[in-house]
Amino acid sequence: MSAIALLSPRSDDQAVAWRNTGPVSLAAFLHEVGQVAERLPERPFVFNLCSDRYHFLTTFCAAMLRGQTSLLPPNHAGQTLALLHATHPDAYGVADQPMNVAGLEIRAYPALPSGGRSHGEIPLIAAEHIAAITFTSGSTGQSMPHPKTWGSLVTEATLTASRLGLETGCHVLGTVPPQHMYGLGSTLMLPLHNGGVIHSGQPLFPADIRLALESLPAPRVLVTTPLHLRICLEQQAVMPPLALILSAAAPLSAELAEQAETAFGALLMEIYGSTETGSIATRSTANGEDWKPLAGVTLSRAENGRTCVEGGHIQTRIELQDVIEATDGSHFRLTGRAADMLNIAGKRASLGELNRQLNLIPGVRDGIFFAPDEVPGMAVRLCALVVAPKLSAQQIISALRQTIDPAFLPRPLYKVDALPRNATGKLPREALRKLIARLGTRPAS
Amino acid sequence: MTDSQTSLEQEVAALIVQALNLEITPQEIAPAEPLYHEGLGLDSIDMLELSLAISKTYGFQLKSDAPDNASIFSSLRSLTRHIEKSRVK
Repeated sequence: MSAIALLSPRSDDQAVAWRNTGPVSLAAFLHEVGQVAERLPERPFVFNLCSDRYHFLTTFCAAMLRGQTSLLPPNHAGQTLALLHATHPDAYGVADQPMNVAGLEIRAYPALPSGGRSHGEIPLIAAEHIAAITFTSGSTGQSMPHPKTWGSLVTEATLTASRLGLETGCHVLGTVPPQHMYGLGSTLMLPLHNGGVIHSGQPLFPADIRLALESLPAPRVLVTTPLHLRICLEQQAVMPPLALILSAAAPLSAELAEQAETAFGALLMEIYGSTETGSIATRSTANGEDWKPLAGVTLSRAENGRTCVEGGHIQTRIELQDVIEATDGSHFRLTGRAADMLNIAGKRASLGELNRQLNLIPGVRDGIFFAPDEVPGMAVRLCALVVAPKLSAQQIISALRQTIDPAFLPRPLYKVDALPRNATGKLPREALRKLIARLGTRPAS
Repeated sequence: MTDSQTSLEQEVAALIVQALNLEITPQEIAPAEPLYHEGLGLDSIDMLELSLAISKTYGFQLKSDAPDNASIFSSLRSLTRHIEKSRVK
């Protein structure tokens, strides 16, 4: 069984992370990971619920040292955790903020005295160890697990860094959480395995992003989303010199990419990937819409017409949700996004499941959620069309609040007499779009 | 509602509803109710949009003074107080 080091080699005093208090050296980092590992209970699965990126990182590493697997739920909502706990009953949680989930033992991240150092060698982790399991929600509500081996995570980090020219160390600041594949890959694994340094924060507002970047030495890399970029541009935020900006999680337009490159004086690279696959391709969005797969990653057409991906860090062939067209032997283009899966404010749900919840509400005769076409840089919010003569829009919203995450609540919700079903009972997207355009010109009922 | 909105609170409530396209009237936002997570159920994306609307209307940029913006966004009242203190227009 092959084994891979916990992180790329560096001297004892070289930084691994950057906190409000300054750099964390390799020796201090290894000491903290060891201390956290000693305190973990003997169980196979841990929900890593830490919100500080450094705590998340040390807990993730400590769990591996103990042979445990980190469960990375799509969000920290109590209902999501409870559902995943049901399928992983022997899991516990580690959190650095007070949290309560019925039936789940959540341990507080340990308060450790500062100044500890370990001078041992960098520990090795078996390449086949399942380091993490990420989840996507299926169309009927259950979560689909996507196990990630330590070997595949390290390979992904190496391939991505070599594509982006970040093999020799950089200081990474992320505005995205570490528990999704984009954040895990780009803000933790990439710097960890390429001599880089991980900023512990997750700044939200442009002024916070600027302060955090200013606290880091060059070369600085900002890992963010189109939405953060748009808000930074609209607020005319000034950033310190950046080596690179990475964007993912939502479509980015060439125009927004160009504006960001001009305003922040840095190259912007966009990453394409998914929870199932991790990062699989990159593009310089301002210079063309075609994606170039990471080294060794190949795309092929399955019998059902879907595109599959394999090679590189992907150990077994995975079917992609998106519609993809090869433009030449080494590039591809996205021609359609997966229609059913939604990603709003970092929360994931399927339209099918939301529709099911809507139609379960007593008094709702028929109803459907509608995701408007995405506008790059704008957050998507859903609309809903509902036939419910005896309920007010308010009552329907209150009922939905009980079962779905607020990120997916319809804004707005339109009450209608009937849905525009066609002869086969289906709801063509075009008919819904027209009806909503008409309804949008009058205030919601 | 036991607690009524002051005039600046009314103005900020209207800004929130308009900027975020919420399915409520401004008067329905209870001044002491949490805006984030529970309560009104806003998320960090809403906070970003709202920070943009606030900077355009009141001429200053929001900064987190807590890791999760807990204090500024703890309620309409605290956000309004923060705007009152920081506004330059």
